[in-house]
Amino acid sequence: MKKLEAIIKPFKLDDVKEALAKEGIQGMTVTEVKGFGRQKGHTELYRGAEYVVDFLPKIRIEILLEDSKAQRAVEVITAAARTGRIGDGKIFVSPVDDVIRIRTGERGDEAI
Amino acid sequence: MKLSISAQTAGCSSGRGPTRTTWLGAGVTAAAVALLPALAVAEEAAEAAPVFTAEMATQLANLTVGIDTLWVLVTAALVFFMNTGFGLLESGLCRSKNAVNILSKNFVVFAASSISFYLIGWGLMFGDGNGFLGLQGLFALGGPDNSPATGEAYEGVYTSINWTGVPLYAKFFFQLVFAGTAATIVSGCVAERIKFVSFLVFSFLLVAFLYPITGHWIWGGGWLAGLGMWDFAGSTVVHSVGGWAGLTGAMVLGARKGKFGKDGRVNPIPGHNMTSVFMGCFVLWLGWFGFNPGSTMGVGDGALIAHIFTTTNMAAAAGSLGALVTAWLLLGKPDYTMIANGCLAGLVAITAPCAWVTVSSSIIIGLSAGVLVVAGVLFFDRVKLDDPVGALSVHLVNGMWGTLCVGLFANPDLAADLLANGRGALIQSQLIGIAGVGVFTFAASLTFWIVVKAVLGLRVEEEEEVDGLDYGEHGNHAYPDFQTVTVGGIAGAAPGVGHASAYQAVSPLALQPGQRGGAA
Repeated sequence: MKKLEAIIKPFKLDDVKEALAKEGIQGMTVTEVKGFGRQKGHTELYRGAEYVVDFLPKIRIEILLEDSKAQRAVEVITAAARTGRIGDGKIFVSPVDDVIRIRTGERGDEAI
Repeated sequence: MKLSISAQTAGCSSGRGPTRTTWLGAGVTAAAVALLPALAVAEEAAEAAPVFTAEMATQLANLTVGIDTLWVLVTAALVFFMNTGFGLLESGLCRSKNAVNILSKNFVVFAASSISFYLIGWGLMFGDGNGFLGLQGLFALGGPDNSPATGEAYEGVYTSINWTGVPLYAKFFFQLVFAGTAATIVSGCVAERIKFVSFLVFSFLLVAFLYPITGHWIWGGGWLAGLGMWDFAGSTVVHSVGGWAGLTGAMVLGARKGKFGKDGRVNPIPGHNMTSVFMGCFVLWLGWFGFNPGSTMGVGDGALIAHIFTTTNMAAAAGSLGALVTAWLLLGKPDYTMIANGCLAGLVAITAPCAWVTVSSSIIIGLSAGVLVVAGVLFFDRVKLDDPVGALSVHLVNGMWGTLCVGLFANPDLAADLLANGRGALIQSQLIGIAGVGVFTFAASLTFWIVVKAVLGLRVEEEEEVDGLDYGEHGNHAYPDFQTVTVGGIAGAAPGVGHASAYQAVSPLALQPGQRGGAA
């Protein structure tokens, strides 16, 4: 099993969700995060005092998948979330030891 | 607030034909009915002249008092409502972790003012006494008084305010809401780090003693009035007094943690709710339509109050635009908080001269106030005085400027009394007034702050300031459902400082149209 963690631009959430749904991937966990990579912040003024906005709002999507579907999901997410401009985000793929469905107690691929 | 006779008679409107005819017709009919018995007797009388009976005279007099009382009370209610504006404005410009505290300060300050002004403030301000303070009828409006009698007919100890023909309680309530306004100005300067109890006690003292004493000098028949200093609705009496007290408070308190860096850096601490700022500003603008025109404390023929409505509005509009342009030029973008400050600066600046200047002058006064307020905000940051909401720039700076504007812009047709000794003399009196009130209020408020600090303490503990005064002072959270602290604060600012945004809780995870909330 693989866990995909995708950091994307917030307004791309709907596109990614629908693209994944078309592939048959329904479940996901979403959180609001802030971050920056090489996308630099910008300077703003508030009542004459200067400040730098480094952290930009992003959305983190976490998905659990069978190994066989992971690569396809990466392609789908990448295509849906890309704008071509700096700050599009990243996807992290990591192996998962186990998955448990709380309601039934199922484990492994059956719990995905 | 004293009316000049020339102002009262300026510009009488004439377009009230139907009403006047109807009134006359009713009067004639009533008189004819009253005379019927007399007509029956004196048949030779060709036409009876309409008689104005004593009863009609009394009714007319009562009606005038009634209308003036209604005016005073309605405008007083508008000024009362300004406390809402201050609360919304200040809390919006400060961080959400202090929202409950700021709202509580603005709320309780009016309650405290009501009591202290009743107990002694009114008496010190309007009681007959000497040039410095009232000495008679000091406590709980207890002095003899036969309001609404005016002028020669007045018998009582509140002579300085006997020029308005309304009942004593109308006068009292109107003046009370003005006192409350002065006190609430202070809360903005000391926001986000003052102990609630200390602020409460200081407010009580401010309205019991400081505000009434300087008020006595100008509106209570004191020495400044005698010198020919004029302040129609209170640029000095209310706004600069609040400003001076706020200044000393901010000085004694010190800046908020993280506001000024060690290298002299000024760190922004953005407000948490710009919608609140917007609403607060408009509520204040609305309330000012009670503040300024209400200070006539009489409807008259409507001309003066209509004039004051107009000058008040134009100054607010011009102030907004003046600040907008200044901020745009100096800072690169039209910062909304500066525009709001500009609006209020214009209103403060027009408060003293509103009855005595032309509409075009009021625009100039407003514009200049807008420029001054932006400069003021930048200045106070530069001298390391932390004023979270710009109250010093709005009320102190423009309170003084507005008072001076009386001398600079008083119009001979509208302010003949003021200019009786020439414009130079008027300007001089205004300057003396500004300085006199400034020196006294600065020294006295500073003393009070120091005493309060010694007895009660003034500033909250550092840990409480970081966590937020809402929980520390009140045990409340303003927004328990929302995440109120955003990750990724402003560089150089204290931990927990949030990025300015209209709402913290709006996100792409919000419900989509057609979607039901709650878990499946």
